[in-house]
Amino acid sequence: MRRKGKRNPESKTKTLIGFEFEKPISELELKITELRDLSARERLDLSSEIASLEEKLDQKRKEIYAHLTPWQRIQIARHIDRPYTLDYINMLMDDFKELHGDRRFADDPAIVAGLGLFEGRKVMVIGHQKGRNVKERTFRRFGMPNPEGYRKAIRLMKLAERFGVPIITFVDTPGAFPGVGAEERGQAEAIASNLEEMSLLKVPVIVVVIGEGGSGGALGIGVGNRVLILEYAYYSVISPEGCAAILWKDGAEAPRAANALKLTGKDLVKFGVVDDIVPEPLGGAHNDYELMCKNLRDALKKALNRFEGMSEDEIADDRYNRFRKLGVVVNGV
Amino acid sequence: MSFFGKPKYSKILIKKKDIPPGLWEKCKSCKEIIHKKQLEENLMACPKCNFLYPLPSAKRIESLIDEGTFVEMFADLISADPLKFVDSKPYNVRQEQSLKKTGLKEAVITGWGKISGLDIGLAVMDFAYMGGSMGSAVGEKITLLIEFAVERGLPVAIVSASGGARMQESTLSLMQMAKTSAALGKLRRKNLPFISILTNPTTGGTTASFASLGDVIIAEPKALIGFAGPRVIEQTIKQELPEGFQRSEFLLEHGLIDMIVERKDLKDTVHFIFDFFMNNKKKLKKGNNGKGTLKNLKLAKSII
Ligand SMILES: [Zn+2]
Repeated sequence: MRRKGKRNPESKTKTLIGFEFEKPISELELKITELRDLSARERLDLSSEIASLEEKLDQKRKEIYAHLTPWQRIQIARHIDRPYTLDYINMLMDDFKELHGDRRFADDPAIVAGLGLFEGRKVMVIGHQKGRNVKERTFRRFGMPNPEGYRKAIRLMKLAERFGVPIITFVDTPGAFPGVGAEERGQAEAIASNLEEMSLLKVPVIVVVIGEGGSGGALGIGVGNRVLILEYAYYSVISPEGCAAILWKDGAEAPRAANALKLTGKDLVKFGVVDDIVPEPLGGAHNDYELMCKNLRDALKKALNRFEGMSEDEIADDRYNRFRKLGVVVNGV
Repeated sequence: MSFFGKPKYSKILIKKKDIPPGLWEKCKSCKEIIHKKQLEENLMACPKCNFLYPLPSAKRIESLIDEGTFVEMFADLISADPLKFVDSKPYNVRQEQSLKKTGLKEAVITGWGKISGLDIGLAVMDFAYMGGSMGSAVGEKITLLIEFAVERGLPVAIVSASGGARMQESTLSLMQMAKTSAALGKLRRKNLPFISILTNPTTGGTTASFASLGDVIIAEPKALIGFAGPRVIEQTIKQELPEGFQRSEFLLEHGLIDMIVERKDLKDTVHFIFDFFMNNKKKLKKGNNGKGTLKNLKLAKSII
């Protein structure tokens, strides 16, 4: 799916103090700071007022984050400070050696991959990689891979398979890169081949949607035995902006499209598209990397443990059956 | 059965050339004055600018393999001269002169040993012997090494430094490309990892065969790696080539190699990768745990 609409939505919605929907929180935080300053300056005892405001702040936070709309969740999933694949690799892996290249045309920096040591286990780690500053974002192509990225990914997955090494993939892309060169070199073929080849792998594949699950660009490394999603991440057939532009003929209808697409973790678990939701720190992973990593580490360990003692064929069959079940049909009249 | 008899096992002799103290040299790259001994101790990397001078094959083995564990194999194999090839001088004269000049019988040393405790098969090419060219003997030694590794369940590393196939043996050299690649196919079938290490320069038939078939391909920084040599390309397209063309960094960007590793880090990296891939599947160990023998190995007919 092509991604239409704004290329960089977070820069529009994100202000210095946070998202629009976080305004009541930042207002309360500001009030508390003011009271603290006042109490220090005037030597007044305002501790009970502060305490009550803090309680209110706590309430407000829980309330707001418990009732986020899908569109607001997408803002969090695209937050510029959200941990990316390499952040997770740095924090979760005891060692990591990055491997490069599709052995054909290029090394695609929008997908990173390599040999990792995770909790005493050898794993092949592969994930979309976004950039934080302008230079990095351009270099990483906003996490939108070219065909070479998918070809590197499958080359290394097959390498892992040969040596019995489980695979972990981190999905975080607005979509595969829509470009002339990408089309010339077979973007669609690259993704399609991955879907077939991944379905045949004889080692466990654990997929985690850590941010944006942008359509075929996400699925291209997303055929797993277990597919997990972080609490505020989303996974969709098209970006809400793109969907709004096509169906509502108006990109500004993106929030409505986001509702309609049922792209949050809770919805996806219902459909069986996703197996489990990994809880995030209150307000999103960017608020507490450490807690996020702890949750993700536990989830990954649990997911990997399921396949201990399973034979190669059982593992491949398990993945086949997982995807075989997806879809909803009725017998027509 | 064979002209050469049984392949020999022998400890490799690593001759330490004594360098008189106080011998200084100007670095080709940064023009700084460097101490020759310091250069040697730094694995022939300039201590000032890190420019990589060729590392003789024996030194390379010393830098990769645990002390005292390398067993050289197939040491006495040399190419015959079935074409009675003569250019400016006869091929067999060239071979004798190369032996005298380098102390090497052929352009590759093959054997096995331990890398941080892990048994591996290792081949190291040497550019000093006829430009590291691959003739029947180089192809045969590499193939025998791979077959040995298949039988013993060993991972294989090959350090390349080669101008390509050896002209003096014509199509017989060319066929070594197919032979070595086929042997690697067997290694792959056995699920044994192969690391190809590309050093300056690796071109032609070597790049177009085993050197490009690594499960993981490592290059040294700034090494010239390609199929056609830069001069040939320039003459063909009648254009000057851009700076950095066919260098390791260019290859990394173009997806052709996995990583660039400094000489001093090579041993640790190679060990990490082999250790990563070995012994993950329990069933692999069965019938494959180093109990093999050499009895099934056959020498190529072409050299008998
Ligand atoms: Zn220098």
